[in-house]
Order: sequence, then C-alpha cells, then structure tokens
Amino acid sequence: MEYLPNIIFAVILILGIGYFVRNIKKIIRNIKLGQEVDASDNKSQRWKNVAYIALGQSKMVKRPVSGFLHAIVYVGFIIINIEVLEIIIDGLFGTHRIGQQVLPEWLYGFLIGSFEILSVLVLVSVIVFWLRRNVIKIKRFLSSEMKGWPKSDGNIILYFEVVLMCLFLVMNATDTVFQTAGSGNVISQFIAPWFDGLSVGTLYIVEKTAWWLHIVGILIFLNYLYFSKHLHILLAFPNVYLGRVEPKGKFNNLDAVTAEVKLMMDPDADPYAAPAETSEDDVPAKFGASDVMDLNQIQLLNAYTCTECGRCTSECPANLTGKKLSPRKIMMDTRDRLEEVGKNIEANKGKFVDDGKQLLGDYITNEELWACTTCNACVEACPVSINPLSIIMDMRRYLVMEQSAAPMELNNMMTNIENNGAPWPYNQMDRLNWKDE
Amino acid sequence: MSEQLKVPTMAEMMAEGKQPEILFWVGSAGSYDDRAKKITKAFVKILNKANVNFAVLGTEESNTGDVAKRAGNEFLFQMQAVMNIEVLNAYEIKRIVTCDPHSFNCIKNEYPGLGGNYDVIHHTQYIQELMSAGRLTVEGNTYKGKRITFHDPCYLGRGNGVYDAPRDVLKKTNATLIEMKRHKGTALCCGAGGAQMFKDAEPGNKEINVLRTEDAIETQPEIIATGCPYCNTMMTDGVKFKEKEGDIKVMDIAELIANA
Repeated sequence: MEYLPNIIFAVILILGIGYFVRNIKKIIRNIKLGQEVDASDNKSQRWKNVAYIALGQSKMVKRPVSGFLHAIVYVGFIIINIEVLEIIIDGLFGTHRIGQQVLPEWLYGFLIGSFEILSVLVLVSVIVFWLRRNVIKIKRFLSSEMKGWPKSDGNIILYFEVVLMCLFLVMNATDTVFQTAGSGNVISQFIAPWFDGLSVGTLYIVEKTAWWLHIVGILIFLNYLYFSKHLHILLAFPNVYLGRVEPKGKFNNLDAVTAEVKLMMDPDADPYAAPAETSEDDVPAKFGASDVMDLNQIQLLNAYTCTECGRCTSECPANLTGKKLSPRKIMMDTRDRLEEVGKNIEANKGKFVDDGKQLLGDYITNEELWACTTCNACVEACPVSINPLSIIMDMRRYLVMEQSAAPMELNNMMTNIENNGAPWPYNQMDRLNWKDE
Repeated sequence: MSEQLKVPTMAEMMAEGKQPEILFWVGSAGSYDDRAKKITKAFVKILNKANVNFAVLGTEESNTGDVAKRAGNEFLFQMQAVMNIEVLNAYEIKRIVTCDPHSFNCIKNEYPGLGGNYDVIHHTQYIQELMSAGRLTVEGNTYKGKRITFHDPCYLGRGNGVYDAPRDVLKKTNATLIEMKRHKGTALCCGAGGAQMFKDAEPGNKEINVLRTEDAIETQPEIIATGCPYCNTMMTDGVKFKEKEGDIKVMDIAELIANA
C-alpha cells in the first residue's frame, strides 16, 4: 500500500499524456488530408524565423502592451515548467523535492525563487489579459466570430493559468521543509503567514492537495489544448518554420494551369489528340479550393495554430470599413470545417463520406472572399506567420475557374484583358498614344 | 508637358541594332488611364533628363495578367504572362523599370516560374539609383518645406519590402516628410488591390480609400505622395470625397521629381 500514491501518479500521468498524444495524432491525420507542399527551401531563413518570430516574439512586441504581457506569460510558461520535471520525479519515486536534495542549495533556491517571481508576474499579466478581454472591451475581441465558445475559450485559458499559478505558490508556502530551509521562497514566505495557526498535519494536507491539484491541473490543461485555440503554444514553432520565406507579394503559380497553358500555346499540339495515358489514381486537377482537402498542409496547420488574437482582422482594410471579411474568421472556419471532416472520418471507419457540406458556402461566403484587397496586412500582422490570404486566393480561384462565379464587373475586366490586353475596352494598338497626347 | 518626349520602342531599337540599358514597362493603367498617363509622362521626362537609354514595348506590351491572377483567374494570368515573356525574351530584356507596383511585383516574382527572369525595379528605386549615380539632381526648391506624406503601395511595401527608396527620393526635394499613423508595414491599403479597382466594394460602412485619406489628412499634408497609379486614383477620389481638393494635391513621386 505504501506505493499506492506512486502508482496513482503513474496512472494519471500515463492517461494524461496518452490522451494528449491520441489527439495530437488526430491533428496530424487531419493536416495530412491537405495537399502536400514543399517547404525544403531556404532552411537558414526558416530557422532564423523560428529564432526571431517564434522564440524571440519579434512580431508580438509590435504591439507593446500585449506583446510585453505575452512575453512574461510565455517566459513564465517555459521556465516554470522546469518545475514539472521535479514534480514528475517526486510523484513517480515518492521523493520530496528531489531538486532540494541533489542540487546545490543556491541553485535550487535560485530556480524556485525565479519560478515564484515569474508566477506572480504571470498572475498579474493574466489578470490584465482578462480585463482587456472582459472589461476594457478591446475591439478585436468583440467581433462577431468571437461570440460564444471562442470567447469562453479565451477566458477558460486565463482561469487555468490563474489556478495553476496560485496552486504553485500555495504548494510552496505550505511546505514546512521548504519554508524552513528558507532558500528560494522569495514570494511564498509572504504567503506562508496566511496559513499560520494550522497544525503541521493540516499544513501537510494543504501542501499535498495543492501539489496534486497542480500536476493534475497541468495535465488537464495539456489535454484542453486540443479543444482550444491555445494549441499555438506548441504549433507556433513548426508553423513559423513553415511560414512563407518569399516576398509576400509573390503568389504561387498553379502548375496544373501551367501545363494547360503550355499545351494551348504550343503550335504543334494536336487539339484532337487523345489524352495521354494516365494511371487510375489520377484525378482531374481541380483548380483552387472549395473545401479543406483542397488546401495545402501548411494552410491546415495554420488553422490549428491560430490563437484568434485578431491582429489580422484589426489590420484588415475590408474589416475596418465594415465588410464581412475577417481574416481571423477565415482561419477559424478552416479549422472548424477540418475538425468536422475529421469527425466524419472517425464516424465512418476511416473514410470521409460526403456530408453535403464544404468550406466554401457553408462556412466562408463569396461576399467575404470578394472583399479582400490582397494587401497582405493580415499576413504581416500575424505573430506566428499564418497566411489567411493564401486561403482566400485559393477559394477565389475555385470560384472563378471552376464556377465562373466572379462578380460581373470582374468578368468584364477579364474579357477586356482577353480581347485587347488591357482591363478596359481600349484598343491594343492605342497603347502608345499617351506619348503624343 | 510642352517639351517633346523621347520614347523609343524596342522595335525601333532593334531595327537600329541597339539595346537599351533598361526597359520601361508602362502597364495598362500607365498607358490608358488619363491620370496615370500623366505619371508615365513625368517619369519619361525624368528618364530623358537623365539621358537614360531606355525603350518601351509600345503596342507589343500587353497586360501583365496581375489583376486577373488576384481575381482568381490563373488561366488568364498565365496566358498573359507567357505572351509577355515571349516578347521580352525575344528582345533579350535584362532590366525592367515600371511605375506600377502591381506590374513590378508580378514580373519580378511571378514571371520567373514561367520562364521570365529579369531584374525588375520600381520607378522610385530607379530614381534613387539615378540620383546616387549623379545622373539626376533636384535643383529647384519647388517643394522646400512643403508637408508631404507618403502612402505606401501594398505591393511595393509589404509585398516586397521596399519602404526606403520612395522616402529617400522624397527627402531629396527638401520637403518635410510626415508619416501617417499607419505606415510602412502597417500601412492601410488604398482599397484598389486584389482587383477591387474594377468592381464595387462589398457592403460596409465606409469606403477603404476614404479611411486611408483620413489617415493622410491627419498629418495635415499639402501633398499626398503615391507610387502607384491605382493608389493615386483612390487617394484622389478620397480627397475629393473629403472636399479637400483645394488644399491637398495627390501626386506620384515621379511627378514630384519631374516638377522639382
């Protein structure tokens, strides 16, 4: 019976990590539904981006207030989690503060001391974040796509962090051995007096309860990620690595179109020739995207990475002038639809069964797509290199090339280009007339 | 413009067995749009003044296909691109300058994948180059102390990271350069990009060009400087909408330099 706590701990740990891994596998399966995309180029630039944009938060601090607060929570999250290592060892082997026993006193004191200071800073930042979301009413948190679950999600994450930080401090404050040693209890020594008058036995129970709730809380939070916008704490890194390294103005050229254009322009091509031998797997190329499977894997990873901060939307000229388009909503819709497709696959034994729905129309409307000016403000604003514009463009391509569903004025413009090489109905032969006017 | 502009075409150059140092890509707006044609002529005036050995394609130039691509019509874009590349490659063009950031971006970034590899620069970059080479100087004091704000074109700034060239050129006029609240990376679009120039805006509560003009008006400028024919149209319309056309002029950097 003496090993019961160790066994319970091991079981909780395995369940917590196991369920998380299961969900991560779902994410990977869903992302792989997308088209393959080559990102093997520009390795050094990609690593630089990870260093500056992801690790260095260079885009976050473009907005100093939220950037600074976020940096505290981010650093706090990474550093305080070193403590989890000790908790796991203690939990599995029944030790108590293994670090205190094996590390030099000054080092252990320094580590725990920094964790304590950071946890207070994180608490303060998280409270400010909550005020920004719920009291100050910052515009980008009030958009229509932020009603309901996305709003609760944002708050739940903050509550998690408050509870975890408090438990960490209480756990330290009620640890009589740790307090007596008096090294590293920079903050908790001021909390300890709150528990004055409790018997040693009660203090022990409070300490153990805080310890257990802390680690269980961490595991619950870990598993909450999959259901939340908070996945960015993990996915931001691969997402930034895979983010675009070419000029933002450069849009990809569709290879399937290039093949057809080459054929059209080739004077030797036989228009009546039978199509070349194709293997049975060859599906006729679809131009553009109408559903998540038509998007590429980086675009789908983008959708899971989005933490709905709304910096994209707050910079979008269409959104700023009251149009329906919100780049954040494009990302949220893509993720929602991808999750729906994933659940469909699970319900149908590993195969997607047509559900009569798609990303285009059921989630994203033509009106949103046509409001985009392709200005790249959303791409520039994203702190984790998400590209909502590429999804908008792929869906426009589908609208125009598969459905001929461009607005009338654009059809006129395109007809003009086809007929006389200019978007207006002017004669090609008049192109140089300006010279003599 | 009273003085006669010298605008040689590639065909003429070819007939004389000459090769220009740079090809001036005029673009559809620069060729046909009444306002943009003035920018084209101003830039040619600069080229003439600096004795640049340049040429245009004239009637052999066709739309880059940029706007079709942004509208989603990749077919039309690639057809246009392939035709233009054929002409450009036949003339063995190495270097291209254009007053249109959309053509600039399209030829520079999207033509290489289809077989068109050229050194493409925006006219503000070329003016800067001519100035630093001592081929072009600003002598007059037309704009000395005038309050000028520069509106970054999306496809020049965010699209290709060119923020300094237009500003450096403007500083040469001894004007007072004032930045809008949103500038460089966070500059607001004029509202014309992504084929919006050719259609009505979706329902909303404001036109984008009006919002951008308000950004500019905040700086109390005498001149709003642009580097794109579409931005120019949008900002001009915005200034008219705000009934400020008496106080604020919208001018392309080429026009500013040509008149300096």
